[in-house]
Amino acid sequence: MKKKNIDIPILMSGNEAIARGAYEAGVRAGTGYPGTPSTEILEALVSYPDVYTEWSVNEKVALEVGVGAALAGARSLITMKHVGINVAADILFTSAYTGIKAGLVVVSADDPALHSSQDEQDNRHYARAAKLPMLEPADSMEAKEYTKFAFDLSERFDIPVMLRTTTRIAHSSSAVSLMEPVKTSRVSGGFERNRTKYVMIPLHAGPRHIDLERRISEIAELAETLEINRIEHGKGSMGFITAGICYQYVREIFPEAPILKLGLVHPIPERLIREFNKQVDHLIVVEELDPFLEDQIKAWGIKAEGKKYFSNIGELSPGKIRDALIPETAPAPFSSTLKIPPRPPALCPGCPHRTVFKILNKLGYIVSGDIGCYTLGALPPFSAMDTQLNMGGSITIGQGMEIAGEKNVVAVIGDSTFAHSGITGLLNAAYNGRNELIIVLDNETTAMTGLQPNPLSGERLNGEPAIKLDYRKLAEAVGITDERFRTVNAYKPDDVEKAIIELKNTGKLALLVIEGPCLILQRKKKKK
Amino acid sequence: MKTIKNILMVGIGGQGIILASDLLTQTALNAGFDAKKSEIHGMSQRGGSVFSHIRFGSKIYSPVIPEGMANVLVALEEMEALRWLQYCGNQTELIVCQSRLRPANESEYPAGVAEELKRIFKSVRILDPTGLAEGCGGQKFMNTAILGVVANILDFPETAWKDSIEKLTPKGTAAKNWDAFLAGKNWSGEQST
Repeated sequence: MKKKNIDIPILMSGNEAIARGAYEAGVRAGTGYPGTPSTEILEALVSYPDVYTEWSVNEKVALEVGVGAALAGARSLITMKHVGINVAADILFTSAYTGIKAGLVVVSADDPALHSSQDEQDNRHYARAAKLPMLEPADSMEAKEYTKFAFDLSERFDIPVMLRTTTRIAHSSSAVSLMEPVKTSRVSGGFERNRTKYVMIPLHAGPRHIDLERRISEIAELAETLEINRIEHGKGSMGFITAGICYQYVREIFPEAPILKLGLVHPIPERLIREFNKQVDHLIVVEELDPFLEDQIKAWGIKAEGKKYFSNIGELSPGKIRDALIPETAPAPFSSTLKIPPRPPALCPGCPHRTVFKILNKLGYIVSGDIGCYTLGALPPFSAMDTQLNMGGSITIGQGMEIAGEKNVVAVIGDSTFAHSGITGLLNAAYNGRNELIIVLDNETTAMTGLQPNPLSGERLNGEPAIKLDYRKLAEAVGITDERFRTVNAYKPDDVEKAIIELKNTGKLALLVIEGPCLILQRKKKKK
Repeated sequence: MKTIKNILMVGIGGQGIILASDLLTQTALNAGFDAKKSEIHGMSQRGGSVFSHIRFGSKIYSPVIPEGMANVLVALEEMEALRWLQYCGNQTELIVCQSRLRPANESEYPAGVAEELKRIFKSVRILDPTGLAEGCGGQKFMNTAILGVVANILDFPETAWKDSIEKLTPKGTAAKNWDAFLAGKNWSGEQST
């Protein structure tokens, strides 16, 4: 093997590289809500100097804080997983209208193959729907450089820029060379009053829509000549249009083929694609999930193929591309007839909240569940969760069931999720006279994503002390009286069972907090 | 020459695969190669199967090993070696630590795994975890010792390993990790080729 004698680059994950890119671009605010595979971006950003970072209570709040910071002149990075964009979508769409003054970059970390998610939605559709530019890096070095470029593009066109990653970009590591941070922001500090631009009443928003169409068309024009949309000339009958991790897979299998690699996946360059099409015999679009690029290319009347060969479900891989296009070159992999049992994820041995699910299973309630480690309570041996769709939905889905006549429902939610969007559900229950038992499993942290603090932890992202929400006062504030509120220790199963039964039997709205700090968190604190 | 080496490390959440694969990847970079690594973390922290793909060579595109193309399979748990056969073929050398961890929902560990591995792979190095742990300074240093075993196949300069061990292992443990690495390098485990 040939060895190159170069300065040794640093190994960085895509997430670490995005944080570094933001730092090099002079970012001043980083906000987000934890979610795989996006979490490590802010966890890396917090260690850089002169950057404010926070775990916001949810993604909508994170983006709102970010937009405010940008409007007042601070470059802002907002991070979340793909489904987080659903939560933040309201302000995402309208901030495209208003513009943002200082650079604003929203990271959407998509999760094809649902390694750790409730769906595998393709968030490129958001870029088109909200009329926002979207960049998609193909390795860690690009993740860093695209992040910097995204801030520049955002300020140049006064528009939020989406940076899309997928799990294989976010959680893969590759070589990155570092640069010093530069103050490249074109804007001056401070909020500049401009009501026709920033107050989106219909009278103002109509003209801003027209302006947004102008900005996104100008970006489409720029896309024709952008360096990150590049034709790599080559040999062979097949020519590929691809982006992100799929570029690496195609290059792996077709080292010599012509490729049009798109760095900007929305809007895409029509003239460049037509020119590339003229250079190749057989145009193939390689993309994970939906035929996002393929549909647009075909809509222009260009003959292309893509989903004919590749599934719109799950991830692609070098092997899948090889097997679909040149199956004759596939090696015969090993196989075995010896069956080995699967190792599904499970609640940790000794997890304080294991007993709760044993009890719920025994009591036989319909359990309206939520998102976090405790969702694993749905699996054997507990089998004690009956619905789980989205963040914060447990409390409100339970209310709907009650309206439809189900009496035997309890809602189960974790502390971070309760802060994220459970509290609004509690308020809705109180306001509309529901008689629901809400159980909060409080482990003092956001455990599933790797122990991020939240408003029930008493700590912030940077380790500073913070408020710890007082459940009792919250209950009192929504009219839950003392006999319908209880806090119990998760390690005392008899108390837990008694509390569940007694509160459920009140037949009224009740709040039960079952406390037991996450074991991994306790271990980590001991080490400190 | 465009030779690429593909190393697949597999095991169970909590066994330290992420640090071990970081060490290996950084060592490849130190040795002057292009290198990439891909893994999945999130839910798999909780006792699930975990894996890390490590690739190095003069230029690496995909961070994911193409199916059938692994050069080395390093299994930190015995039956996990069987779970990833689709990445393995005639060229794959197996290094397997004979730790046996029963999945939470199973009553027994499957029988005949070692025999099946020897039947399938042309080159197998089996490491006895008890002996290796004693020989390398304790359970904590076992992964570094296993990297020492891997080092014999990969032919990186020792300084490349030493630099990454000093840089990436927890503070105050570099010397002990280096000793464990050397112990692994000189380890004579059961081998059938």
